[in-house]
Amino acid sequence: MSANDSVIEKVTGRAIPKPANDQNTDDIMPARFMKEITFANMGKYAYFDERVKEGKEVAEHPFNDPSYKGANILVAGANYGCGSSREHAPQALYRFGLRVIIAESFAEIFAGNCASLGIVGVTIPAGEIATLVESVKKNPNTAVIVDLKEKKVKYAGKEISCELLEGRRQSFLNGTWDALTILQMNKSGIKKVEQKLEYLKFK
Amino acid sequence: MSKNTLYDKVWGAHVVGTLPTGQIQIFVGRHLMHEVTSPQAFEMLRDRKLKAVHPELTTAVVDHVIPTDILARPFKDVQAEVMTAELEKNVKECNIEYCGAGNSQGVCHVTFPEQGIIWPGQLVVCGDSHTCTYGAFGALAFGIGTTQVSHVLATQTMAMDKLKVRRINVTGKLAKGVTAKDVALHIIRKLGVKGGVGYAYEFGGEVVNKMSMEERMTLCNLAVEGGARSGYVNPDQITFDYLKGKKKAPKEDFEKAVAYWKSVASSSDAEFDDVVEMNVSSLESMVTWGVNPEQGIGVGESVPSLEKFSGKEKEEAEDALKYMGLEGGKNIAGTKVDVVFIGSCTNGRLSDLKAAAEVLKGKKVSVRTLVVPGSELVKKEAEVLGLDKIFKEAGAEWRFAGCSMCLAMNPDKLVGSQRSASTSNRNFKGRQGSPTGRTHLMSPYTAAATAIEGKIADPRKYL
Repeated sequence: MSANDSVIEKVTGRAIPKPANDQNTDDIMPARFMKEITFANMGKYAYFDERVKEGKEVAEHPFNDPSYKGANILVAGANYGCGSSREHAPQALYRFGLRVIIAESFAEIFAGNCASLGIVGVTIPAGEIATLVESVKKNPNTAVIVDLKEKKVKYAGKEISCELLEGRRQSFLNGTWDALTILQMNKSGIKKVEQKLEYLKFK
Repeated sequence: MSKNTLYDKVWGAHVVGTLPTGQIQIFVGRHLMHEVTSPQAFEMLRDRKLKAVHPELTTAVVDHVIPTDILARPFKDVQAEVMTAELEKNVKECNIEYCGAGNSQGVCHVTFPEQGIIWPGQLVVCGDSHTCTYGAFGALAFGIGTTQVSHVLATQTMAMDKLKVRRINVTGKLAKGVTAKDVALHIIRKLGVKGGVGYAYEFGGEVVNKMSMEERMTLCNLAVEGGARSGYVNPDQITFDYLKGKKKAPKEDFEKAVAYWKSVASSSDAEFDDVVEMNVSSLESMVTWGVNPEQGIGVGESVPSLEKFSGKEKEEAEDALKYMGLEGGKNIAGTKVDVVFIGSCTNGRLSDLKAAAEVLKGKKVSVRTLVVPGSELVKKEAEVLGLDKIFKEAGAEWRFAGCSMCLAMNPDKLVGSQRSASTSNRNFKGRQGSPTGRTHLMSPYTAAATAIEGKIADPRKYL
């Protein structure tokens, strides 16, 4: 995949509302499902323990609710993705079909993991989350646009400013969100730091 | 913006440059890995025909899936066997040092420090959120994701943004039986599980200065539970004394190393983005009542009533009480438990086992109690001291080293809606292996007292 194929300027789609605060990566991906050496199957485990209780599907869970089927944008609360660093969690969301998460705030490691998968994470204030959730619940077909060039979330005639780290925004806009390519560019710079670090030589 | 803190110094020493995106490219001085978050990274490497560039700065261990009863291979659990074999294949292929059974195996954050791999001033990463534990040494340590593990393997660097630094001054004098675990849970209760988002925590003050290295590891281990990706303590004589003579610590360069280590500590003119003062003289043993580590109270307190909350917090508290099967207004002490788990990267070190043994000596447990040493070395040292006998005579299970019931990726799991008293780090829903299992976090003293009574108990009467 060339960097050009990876450019993300704007994502348009429908949203799943899941606005609770402090949703952790054990909620998103229970540990017992991580005993696989690839991420291939993770999509079916997303929010498994919330979606399936005593062997039965919980109909009202937003990830089960047919009105949100096919949605590619998740709307969450504060501190989304806290807890374990497991990349299995954003991998599960990605494989479930999600490409954007709009939250009040993100846990740090989770946000970094999302970015390196090309999942766009943006934040908007709590009040705006509540309004967006209300709107999507009322009409699950609401078209939601996340525009990274303009740093805006747009839906139902509204335009809200959103935030994300500027470096991360640039990595989406220029298609380098999987940083490996750009990390490989400055080989002499890496060597220089390595040679300068006194402790690497301690015997 | 912070200035002249340990964070600024160590970060600065590892900066390679600014990437075209504006993010910082940072050199990784120590890369640690385990079987859960690394196999996909090796696969990414193979896909791109890349090699691990610094295998000598990398060490791996198996800990999450390893059984703690029978170590014979192949493991009974096929998935655990596949994951372990995959790690063994990958480290062999890349020439990475491996701590397998018989070779310093243990929970990553217990075994690596005790081998002397972690030093002040290092920038350490691992595909595990509790990597922040190493901050106890004055290292800058972060949890990372699997894609980032592949970046570090391929380049020994990663893209990161700088954090802000919050100094937390812990002052006063800890009462008998009150531990680093209680201090950490108290800090999280006060600052919240999202209080540390965007920050590294510098822990200091007279209480932290007096803590042993093992206590500092417990404190820093829980930084991430308060939302801080990293937490650290400035290195001092306690740090240097701990490292001296450790298997992989500097030997002939030890004095030179100490001088370097001293130089990375926050300077007296250091500036912080935020400073918080906390006096812990009146702190008692902490117990969580809810489903995240912020929902904690003193063991003598009652479970908060819903009237104390409003708005979204009230909904969350209501949900937590319902899940935990607790009633607001009732004392937390006396709550019946089904299982006690003593171990994990938070509290699976020798001093933790000594604390539990102090309470359990000559007593009997009244519920299933698992005592799981954090590493092979901890197990050996505990057995030399006869702690295993104290546990076994009390009726507890003395097991092999591993992550065990902290996250139950192995056979040690809660069943149904069992209630556990646990010295681990997360009381999340379903964390201990059953989707309806319930967890109360507490210190080894409190867990041991709880094991005796079969209900949440104040450890003071046993000390």
